[in-house]
Amino acid sequence: MKKPPVPLLQNGVRADGRAPDQMREVKISVGVVSNADGSAMVSYGTTTAVAAVYGPREMHPRHLSLPDRGVMRVRYHMAPFSTKDERKSPTPSRREIEISKVLREALEPAIVLEQYPRSRIDVFVEILQADGSTRVASLTAASLALADAGIYMRDLVIGVSVGLVDGTVVLDLNGLEDQYGEGDLPVGYMPNLKRFTLLQLDGAWTREAFLQALNLAVRGAEYVYQIARDALKTKYMSIAEEIYGR
Amino acid sequence: MASISPYGKRFISYLRREQIRKLLATKYRIDGRGPDQIRDVEIKTGVVKTADGSAEVRLGKTHVVAGVKVGLGQPFPDAPDEGVLVVNAEVLPHASPYTEVGPPDESAIELARVVDRGIRHCGYVDFKKLAVEGGKAYVLWIDLYVINDDGNLVDAANLASVAALKNTQLPTAVKDDAGAVKLDRNNRSPLPVEAAKAPVAVSVGKIGNVLFLDPTFEEELSLDGRITFTFSEDRIVAAQKTLGSFTQAELETALNLAQKGREKFLETLKSVI
Repeated sequence: MKKPPVPLLQNGVRADGRAPDQMREVKISVGVVSNADGSAMVSYGTTTAVAAVYGPREMHPRHLSLPDRGVMRVRYHMAPFSTKDERKSPTPSRREIEISKVLREALEPAIVLEQYPRSRIDVFVEILQADGSTRVASLTAASLALADAGIYMRDLVIGVSVGLVDGTVVLDLNGLEDQYGEGDLPVGYMPNLKRFTLLQLDGAWTREAFLQALNLAVRGAEYVYQIARDALKTKYMSIAEEIYGR
Repeated sequence: MASISPYGKRFISYLRREQIRKLLATKYRIDGRGPDQIRDVEIKTGVVKTADGSAEVRLGKTHVVAGVKVGLGQPFPDAPDEGVLVVNAEVLPHASPYTEVGPPDESAIELARVVDRGIRHCGYVDFKKLAVEGGKAYVLWIDLYVINDDGNLVDAANLASVAALKNTQLPTAVKDDAGAVKLDRNNRSPLPVEAAKAPVAVSVGKIGNVLFLDPTFEEELSLDGRITFTFSEDRIVAAQKTLGSFTQAELETALNLAQKGREKFLETLKSVI
């Protein structure tokens, strides 16, 4: 492992002052792209993802449509200015292609695609600022945008990352911890159905650390879920107020 | 570039699918295996003489060839004293009636990246030993060729990569008269690998609430979930859920089952590394 520029964990406090089981500040707003059928912006600290959903709409090309269910199309993409170092090429990298697939497969179990035969639901996620945990912030944003679009869903999918830093399991990795930590475990979780729909792992984990990390991920997801629910409610309460007054 | 639900491309007849699923509910499989049995594994090394290292894996009817080519290149800026690993996977149009001609699709990219993550940090290859003087580094290119896809490509491709690396003969880096570093392919030494740390990828399929090892192609088209764990010594070094959803209890059971599978793959892998 490479040596980090600052100690990642000292006396149980992380480099950015957080406790091991603490999220960065979570900010969520729903309905941020007015043209889209649904949209959401999610920030975990400085990591910021904007998701827009279009659909259900007609599937083009038609031969890719399915007679008995809808099809999802997901794009995860990082803005060229979203990284700390050099400009990131806007051409989709192998990493972005993989994450697009993993996100689609993390969202599909939550969506009742049988409700949308011959149709397509498009989910576009753009990372505006990257500081670790971008795929999981994207997942939260995407599932909220789908809910905002009124798509039939079994549950929201909340993304959180857990990692291994100096042998300690920590919640919500930032860029520094992602780069210099010993392990990274992004997770997608449906809090009501209690099921994992995204799980990737990198690094070197003991069995115990892995199982402990799953517990921490569940707690983290349940925490973010409350904020996500409130954000959805806030949007619809404001519409209700507009229509019916206070 | 966006990821589209692929259900329209690959399919299995409804009757066959139900047969597989109903049988699995009684813990039997369509090919006669139990849930914790893997298919016969055969690993051969040195099968491609033009490569710097190669291996061929047959896992049941799944057939994967891994070829290693060694090059010289720039190390990554965040690891200037280390060699570079590049894993690429091609699922040939030969591999199944559903495979199309063209550059690697998202499944092939995912396959390559999951194998890559298993090898990269586990210590099987010590990348620190692959730095070359003059600020250059050895680049290990692993190209995975799927010749026949009868399911569970990840486990087969991982075995092929690990065996091919063991088989790799590293060309010596020499300076020519102008002082430029070049590779001398007539003068080689074996790529040092630490056999005890060999990464082993084990995929677990789920149908209903039954978890099982080493899914075949037909089973893959009938799955409710799939997850791959990669182990090195007593550590989990990579994991990837590639389908469906899992409860926490299912994940723990899948992990236990995968650890069993690792022992079985290691029996064969040990004979070549």
